[in-house]
Amino acid sequence: MSFPLLTATAALPALGAIATAAVPAARRTAAKWLALLVSLATLVLAVVVLVRFEPGGDRYQLTESHAWIADFGVRYELGVDGIGVALIALTALLIPFVILAGWHDADPLETRSSRWRPTQGFFALILAVEAMVILSFEATDVFLFYIFFEAMLIPMYFLIGGFGDRAHAGTDEKAAAQRSYAAVKFLLYNLVGGLIMLAAVIGLYVVAGNFSLQEIAEARANGTLDMATNTERWLFLGFFFAFAVKAPLWPLHTWLPNAMGEATAPVAVLITAVVDKVGTFAMLRFCLQLFPEASKWATPVILVLALISIVYGALLAVGQRDIKRLVAYASISHFGFIIMGIFAMTSQGQSGATLYMVNHGISTAALMLVAGFLISRRGSRLIADYGGVQKVAPVLAGTFLIGSLATLSLPGLAPFVSEFLVLVGTFTRYPVIGIIATFGIVLAALYTLVLYQRTMTGPVKPEVSAMPDLRVRELVVVTPLIALLIFLGVFPKPLTDIVNPAVEHTMSDVQKQDPKPEVEAAK
Amino acid sequence: MSATAVHSLWTMAADPIEKIDAPKIEYGQLSPTLIVIGAAIIGVLLEAFVPRKSRYYAQVFLSVVSLAAAFAAVIALATRGYGTTKAGIVAMGAIAVDGPALFLQGTILLAGLLGVFTFAERRLDPVAHGNQVDSFAAQAASVPGSDSEKAAVKAGFTTTEVFPLLLFAIGGMLLFPAANDLLTLFIALEVFSLPLYLLCAVARRKRIMSQEAAVKYFLLGAFASAFTLFGIALLYGYAGSVSYATIAQVVDGSIENVTPALAGTMGNDALLLIGAAMLVMGLLFKVGAVPFHMWTPDVYQGAPTPVTGFMAAATKVAAFGALLRLLYVVLPGLSWDWRPVMWAVAIVTMLGGAIVAITQTDIKRLLAYSSIAHAGFILAGVIATSADGISSVLFYLGAYSFVTIGAFAVVTLVRDAGGEATHLSKWAGLGRRSPLVAAVFAVFLLAFAGIPLTSGFAGKFAVFKAAAEGGAGAIVVVGVISSAIAAFFYIRVIVLMFFSEPKPEGPTVAVPSPLTMTAIAFGVVVTLVLGVAPQYFLDLAGQAGVFVR
Repeated sequence: MSFPLLTATAALPALGAIATAAVPAARRTAAKWLALLVSLATLVLAVVVLVRFEPGGDRYQLTESHAWIADFGVRYELGVDGIGVALIALTALLIPFVILAGWHDADPLETRSSRWRPTQGFFALILAVEAMVILSFEATDVFLFYIFFEAMLIPMYFLIGGFGDRAHAGTDEKAAAQRSYAAVKFLLYNLVGGLIMLAAVIGLYVVAGNFSLQEIAEARANGTLDMATNTERWLFLGFFFAFAVKAPLWPLHTWLPNAMGEATAPVAVLITAVVDKVGTFAMLRFCLQLFPEASKWATPVILVLALISIVYGALLAVGQRDIKRLVAYASISHFGFIIMGIFAMTSQGQSGATLYMVNHGISTAALMLVAGFLISRRGSRLIADYGGVQKVAPVLAGTFLIGSLATLSLPGLAPFVSEFLVLVGTFTRYPVIGIIATFGIVLAALYTLVLYQRTMTGPVKPEVSAMPDLRVRELVVVTPLIALLIFLGVFPKPLTDIVNPAVEHTMSDVQKQDPKPEVEAAK
Repeated sequence: MSATAVHSLWTMAADPIEKIDAPKIEYGQLSPTLIVIGAAIIGVLLEAFVPRKSRYYAQVFLSVVSLAAAFAAVIALATRGYGTTKAGIVAMGAIAVDGPALFLQGTILLAGLLGVFTFAERRLDPVAHGNQVDSFAAQAASVPGSDSEKAAVKAGFTTTEVFPLLLFAIGGMLLFPAANDLLTLFIALEVFSLPLYLLCAVARRKRIMSQEAAVKYFLLGAFASAFTLFGIALLYGYAGSVSYATIAQVVDGSIENVTPALAGTMGNDALLLIGAAMLVMGLLFKVGAVPFHMWTPDVYQGAPTPVTGFMAAATKVAAFGALLRLLYVVLPGLSWDWRPVMWAVAIVTMLGGAIVAITQTDIKRLLAYSSIAHAGFILAGVIATSADGISSVLFYLGAYSFVTIGAFAVVTLVRDAGGEATHLSKWAGLGRRSPLVAAVFAVFLLAFAGIPLTSGFAGKFAVFKAAAEGGAGAIVVVGVISSAIAAFFYIRVIVLMFFSEPKPEGPTVAVPSPLTMTAIAFGVVVTLVLGVAPQYFLDLAGQAGVFVR
């Protein structure tokens, strides 16, 4: 038996989480280094996965399959396609930066009883989330996926509720209440979504008799497994609801601004750049593959919802006074693009959506982490409290600008490529929706540039006059992310090579072909 | 009349009657129940003859040894195939020894063993007058607040009678799911109910509340028993027999007429329907299903917490076992009639328990309503009427009972000056004071909520799967909705423990003896093992999922 590479990629952070949690209270710094090393080692494993993966090869590679709960028809089945590989790489890449950016976020404010170990808990929870996210990208058994999809809520919930923004350390009581409200809202939204999916998962079992994605998809394709139209639609809705809450899609998005606003910046990155990707990833992998007919049936409605997400998220982002909530609404707008790309049912749209997931992860991480550094310096999340920062802290302002420009999809930076592909892919099939969605970009320019203008330019506010520039640790976080944004913006081929074959598989699942170019047809 | 004549009169009268054979009792197959009942009787004798100082140790020793022996007997019977191939009906048709019976008996015995551990805990309450005390009143007979109570406390009395009472209750519970005729069912019901009424009344702290709980439980329980008995009488009138097998045959029409004396009533469907309904009502009362749940919160809150934990776990196991046997063995021919009713009961139980729990402010009442919601989930498996349904219910019961005992054991640890601090507001910030205890309780709450990787999820999935396969898709949808509602209040407790600031005069967490620690640790281990690797236990429940008829 070959080395279980995929299991190892997830098991390493899981074991690292346990080890980190077990570090004694006094050895805080050791716990941080341990977590960082574990996350770097995971990155190495993810790179090995990336290298071992052959883009032109089988659909699912590096597969593992073991018996697990025979009574439920559940197997421990792992396997990655191009989309999974890309997202595992993204996850493993971002976690070290998240850890590094949150280096001091969980230092205890005052010395409590010796058993209280918030720092160890914080980093252990981050690693636990990483392990579960990676497993859910790898699982090719629906039940196995469901378990990690659902279980990751718990560490995430503790990260949001347990470790608030230092910016609010002064007004403890109110901040704690808001924070726990945000954490509960996050959990309940996702739990309800997950439980509805559970009903659909059970329904799928009743129909199909097992949970293996490959077996079910195969049986669907060659016609041995027939689903009544209504059954398929209900099951699709059950799955899609859970993913739409997670992604999040309008009107199920309201938990995201709360959660991202109250969580520390690194945790906010974890939510939007890593955990939420599981939702959009699962739409591609499970909704389209298991329920192709129902997916096509639901496409018009989903596209309209995605369009509303794009425009509504962007409009609300323009109106925000709180930097982190602004980024949250911007993310809602971007998730709209991703979902639109997935359900446009064109190969450009879907590979664009996959690239978008990766690029949005990197660009939001860059923007949000720099915003977090900014907020921790001033102790406020309100845009109005800043002004003229670029004169005092030019490097910080510069990196913030690049993050902002990436968010508005400036050509030359990675998000442009994906946004362009999504829009092209949508336009070829649904021109009106493509045209309206383009306004999302205009609004994106508005909210990012206005954010930059209000915080960084203008007269220096007295409160920010003594603001120090980025420290070495912070530069280590930001520089690689920006380098990656530029690299993938100029040369996205490595990524598209991995993603495209997987997208073709998905396209053939839903039995859709790209529309022929109009000009040729006119001839 | 001469002496001879009298004699001949005797013999003449006796002659036509056939000889009564001595009943044939299969002692081996009945050994679990016999061991426990025997130990209970010895326990009563210990109360009478052992000096007061050594009673506690003698009783704890006897209880632990007998329960362990009975558990070993169950294992031995199961490994020799009495649960599967050699399953049969013993004791002249009164008791069934089969897979479900042995599985449930094993679960009840383990729960009982952990129950004994929590009963015997003597380190939590502060030392009174130089004596270590447990959760039970110094002298149950003394009036609360009276001089005689003070004297009893000062003298260091303890109510060691709780151990034999517990053993009697366990003995009855072992019999209850195994009963194979209606009279044995009723006797088992009374044998385990009466000691439980008493046990509810003997709390050391908040005695009035405890006694009130016992009275409520007793009155409502007596009502339910009366219903059960009336139902039994009607069913006898219908079938001419109390034996499960005979009733089932009369129900499905393979026997027409058994007793000439009952020719007027036999086969009268009205008797069957009313009798079955009353019998099922009595059992639904015991499992705490809506609308027969009214006693649950008061009794759970008032009873001494170790008793609550044991009762919540073991009563449910026993009562659901009996309900399963009744519905699957006696009334399968009637399933078109009872399934719609049980559908309705399951739905209102799930929703009712989950919704009312939201407003609770006392941790014990909260867990009581949560237990009602769980009864609803288990009912979803019961109505599946399939082998999968039986095994999923068995699995759920096993998983649930250890979570429950563990959770209530944790409740006994959180204390302030007035004893256990059960009001939720006092649990604020517990996660910061005692991270370990709070984390353990969080694990139990997540298992109650059915989060994946805990036993609660595996159980919930099993029953919902069985229900969906049985065509009860609507039940599954209601089930997940009420799970979502229920998740809200479990999460609320977690929020309170971890994200709220501790109150300055908040409760402290007592350090328990190894007894309670064992109970809690066992609960956590079972919760996680059944969550991550449930296959072995699912197999076990699957093998045990066949009733002998």
